[in-house]
Amino acid sequence: MERTYIESQRGFFGSIDWITIVLYLIMVVAGAVSIYAASYDFEGERMFDFNQFSGKQFVWIGLALVLATVILLLDARIYDIYAFPIFGAVLLLLLVTIFIAPDIKGSRSWISFGAVSLQPAEFGKFATSLALAKLFDSYNFSLNAKPSNYLKALLIVFLPVMLILLQHETGTALAYFSLVFVLYREGMSGLVLFGIVLLVTIFVVTLKYFEPLAIGMSGGELSVFILVTVVFTAMLLLYCKDPRTARNVGLWFLFCAGVMALLSALGVDVPGTLCCVISILVAVGYTALVMMRRTLQKFIVTIIFAVIGIGFMYSVGYVFNHVMQPHQKERIEETLGITDDIRGSGYNVNQSKIAIGSGGLSGKGFLNGTQTKLKYVPEQHTDFIFCTIGEEEGFVGAVGVLILFLLLIWRVIHIAERQPSNFGRVYGYCVASFLIFHVCINVGMVLGLCPVIGIPLPFFSYGGSSLWGFTTLLFILLAIDASRKES
Amino acid sequence: MKDYNLENRKYIIVGFLVLILLIFGIRLFNLQLSDNKYKESALSNAFLRKVTFPARGLVYDRNGNLVVFNEPAYDVMLIPKDLGKDFDTLALAGVLGLTREEILGKWEEMRRQPSYSAYTPQKLISHLSPEEYGKLQEKLYLFPGVFVQTRTIRDYRYHAGANILGNIREVSQSELENDDYYRPGDYTGDLGIEKSYEKTLRGVKGEELLMKDALGRIKGKFEGGARDVAPVSGKNLTLSIDMELQEYGEQLMKGKKGAIVAIEPSTGEILALVTSPNYDPSLLTGKERGRNYAALNADPQLPLYDRSIQGAYPPGSTFKPSQALILLQEGVVTLGTAYPCYHGYVNGLRVGCHGHASPIALKPALQTSCNAYFCWGLKNFLDRKGGNRDELFTRWKDYMVSMGYGYPLGVDLPHERRGFIPNAEFYNNSFRGNKWSANSIISISIGQGEILATPLQIANLCATIANRGFFYTPHIVKAVEGEEIDPKFKEKHAPDIKRDYYEAVAEGMRMAVLGGTCKGANIPGLEVSGKTGTAQNPHGKDHSAFMGFAPFNNPKIAVVAYIENAGFGATYGVPIGSLMIEKYLNGEISESRKGVEQRMMSTNLTGGKN
Repeated sequence: MERTYIESQRGFFGSIDWITIVLYLIMVVAGAVSIYAASYDFEGERMFDFNQFSGKQFVWIGLALVLATVILLLDARIYDIYAFPIFGAVLLLLLVTIFIAPDIKGSRSWISFGAVSLQPAEFGKFATSLALAKLFDSYNFSLNAKPSNYLKALLIVFLPVMLILLQHETGTALAYFSLVFVLYREGMSGLVLFGIVLLVTIFVVTLKYFEPLAIGMSGGELSVFILVTVVFTAMLLLYCKDPRTARNVGLWFLFCAGVMALLSALGVDVPGTLCCVISILVAVGYTALVMMRRTLQKFIVTIIFAVIGIGFMYSVGYVFNHVMQPHQKERIEETLGITDDIRGSGYNVNQSKIAIGSGGLSGKGFLNGTQTKLKYVPEQHTDFIFCTIGEEEGFVGAVGVLILFLLLIWRVIHIAERQPSNFGRVYGYCVASFLIFHVCINVGMVLGLCPVIGIPLPFFSYGGSSLWGFTTLLFILLAIDASRKES
Repeated sequence: MKDYNLENRKYIIVGFLVLILLIFGIRLFNLQLSDNKYKESALSNAFLRKVTFPARGLVYDRNGNLVVFNEPAYDVMLIPKDLGKDFDTLALAGVLGLTREEILGKWEEMRRQPSYSAYTPQKLISHLSPEEYGKLQEKLYLFPGVFVQTRTIRDYRYHAGANILGNIREVSQSELENDDYYRPGDYTGDLGIEKSYEKTLRGVKGEELLMKDALGRIKGKFEGGARDVAPVSGKNLTLSIDMELQEYGEQLMKGKKGAIVAIEPSTGEILALVTSPNYDPSLLTGKERGRNYAALNADPQLPLYDRSIQGAYPPGSTFKPSQALILLQEGVVTLGTAYPCYHGYVNGLRVGCHGHASPIALKPALQTSCNAYFCWGLKNFLDRKGGNRDELFTRWKDYMVSMGYGYPLGVDLPHERRGFIPNAEFYNNSFRGNKWSANSIISISIGQGEILATPLQIANLCATIANRGFFYTPHIVKAVEGEEIDPKFKEKHAPDIKRDYYEAVAEGMRMAVLGGTCKGANIPGLEVSGKTGTAQNPHGKDHSAFMGFAPFNNPKIAVVAYIENAGFGATYGVPIGSLMIEKYLNGEISESRKGVEQRMMSTNLTGGKN
């Protein structure tokens, strides 16, 4: 109890996590300065001109600071108590938005309040996080206790995702999938993450290496077969802990591969796909026999991995060609280097790479970037703001920004882990997840490493909704954190 | 109830993030530090190297009169995107004095340009006059997005000498390919000195480094213009032409086809180079150039064809002095040698002549332009005892070439023709079984037959005689600002013929003026020497020619006048040539000769309007 006394002596402001606040302030100010640089027109304009993006951003920042202060001053218990009502209200807002928002380039996500337009989807993040945290805070809640718990968690995530998809804000909706990190932290099997990575790999490899090789299948196909056989064998060994079966299966695969290699070296026209599928089916069948003798759940999982892996590979083409929108296909093809259309779909990313690439080690200097200033990079003050930093501040600046994000996310996870309640921890991980997703996807897009998905770089990109959304998200965590020792 | 096993999963999550950020770091390293191509792309992306055009060199005549200069021309430019919503095409047409159809036509033409962009300046109308420009300037505020760009075009002080001066036009595709200096839309010289001195006149283009945005809009000079390169103006030229004499010559040639060439013998400088029919050089400048050029090009009178250096004519009797020189030098004749002439050369065939004493010696033969004398001369030369016909003929040909015939002289104008001097091989091919003799080619001795010469070549012979044995390659540019002229124009050419023989020929020509075929050129006090030519040709009436120089000692001018299908040399050649001499040496025409001048100027031999 002495500890509580000391804490209360430090007072409310003493218990706030100032490191996070300092990181936050550095980011928003650096963001506004970058926006100024990005929209600077050589024809002379002032940083605080409120008709310009940078001036407006300073207004957003000022209001965000007011918002942050209010959030910190409110009794943190209301976030806990009113988590579901807040979630419900935001869902309602998202629903209403679909009907009242005007159609802007196909997206119905902006509601305008006089001169100011806001995107409710940005506020869905903190509400969903609160609801998810509240769910995990229920008495004796454990994710793995019963399957319905997963359903509840997924329901909380998918409700806003559905509404946001209906607004045609695919990028923002995708961000919610980052909450898989929260589920993972709360006990979801690592195999799910592993499976996701495996599927993404199969997707990329299948699409990228579609050229047929000599043995009657494409490079992508071959890679996937190798990947699946290796994963299958490794899972038998490491996951099922059955070295004997693993050895047999592994040898079988090696034997098949050897025979195929030998035959094709001798000039025989090997039906590669058929051989691979048969060899994997034989391995699966053998494992099924082993499984029947032992009835082990893990064998089933292992078999499912192999079957889904191969099945997914053959459905990639269908999904890609029939499910995805043409612009989404273009962006993916561009990222994978399948197409190289620097005038059309690849224009943004190519210009973005040129802008960043021309920055060099220390950049061209503040306001000296020509590429971003002369508007070669579209959306340079919003989604492509990282470009301006790369061009004007160079490698040093760009890496500096990445390090800032690493520090912030690490700090958020640190704060999450020190929460006494599930509520605080889960909420903290939600914040971290959203930040990770936004940083990785945004910067990856700007660097041409992942397809163009229009989501902002938190705290840097121009825009009130994004800034306020992330400010609310972050400062509720700080409020919860500050109040943890008072109670 | 914290599960510390699960807490360790934070390392996996952070590890995942670190891995991704590490990939980003490597990517940034590759983009920014190890690959230079993005820096280059950025340069070509954002910078516009805008060419600044130098002023083209000016042209002066030998007396320092300005002949060709630059005049601002105004192009109406607009940036389609910047045009106001209520841009009124018809109002603009009204200000410019164009009809609705005209302006819509111009608009369509502009839109059809391959380089058309709504974001960059487009040329709507070119070459406004200063008056039109003034009118537009007042109303320009009504048309946002429209502006006027100033360029320079050529302008001419004199309405003469188009064949010498040439003009400028847009570069052709082949010029673009052959010379890296040019970019599409650049101007280059066409014809005359504008072409032959293109590299001197054009100067060196400068460059402005401008920044342009993604839509191609100019956003100002890079670094305030610190990296700009100023253009270097073209060099001014001083012509050897006397523009007054040139104008005078063109007036004399009005209504006639032919050429006048006047050379200063002591320097080879061309004083006048008249071709007729000709045209006003200012026709080929400004907005009507294309139309005018097409009309000139289609004109059956061929005004674009410079007869003074491109016309290859039979020189007729103007050829005889060259023959006299060869005969004397080769010892075929002496001044005392006389040949019979009974109204012509009669030796199995007959070349007619006119009435004069017979037999006749060299000087009187020149004086009376006796055909027989030169026929006998050539025959005796080629039939020399113990001589080889082909070798001797080659010798003859070499003399002619050394006097400037048979090949282009190398005047500093484009498209000079070579004329024609046959060689032995030519006749060996022409006559089956090499069966040819002096008789079969005898007409070349009097400048007929296969012989062809340009008026410039004839004038060069005249200058050589005036100099008593040497010539400088005729040239049109006397001086280049800050530069030496081509050393080949300073090089003395002397045919291998003794000075005495030239003296004799000059005297013969003097006699022709005093009491022979060129009496019409006998201007008191000017001591003109001359030689007429009446050249038969397959195109009709004889060509009328005259070559002459004056004064007899220390000649200042050598002239050739060559008038197509005008009859005897004395009829047009002598009066026109002598008027040129008088005009140049006296500056004016004496009262007694005003009648001749008037007659020459008013005679129209072509039946055309000119």
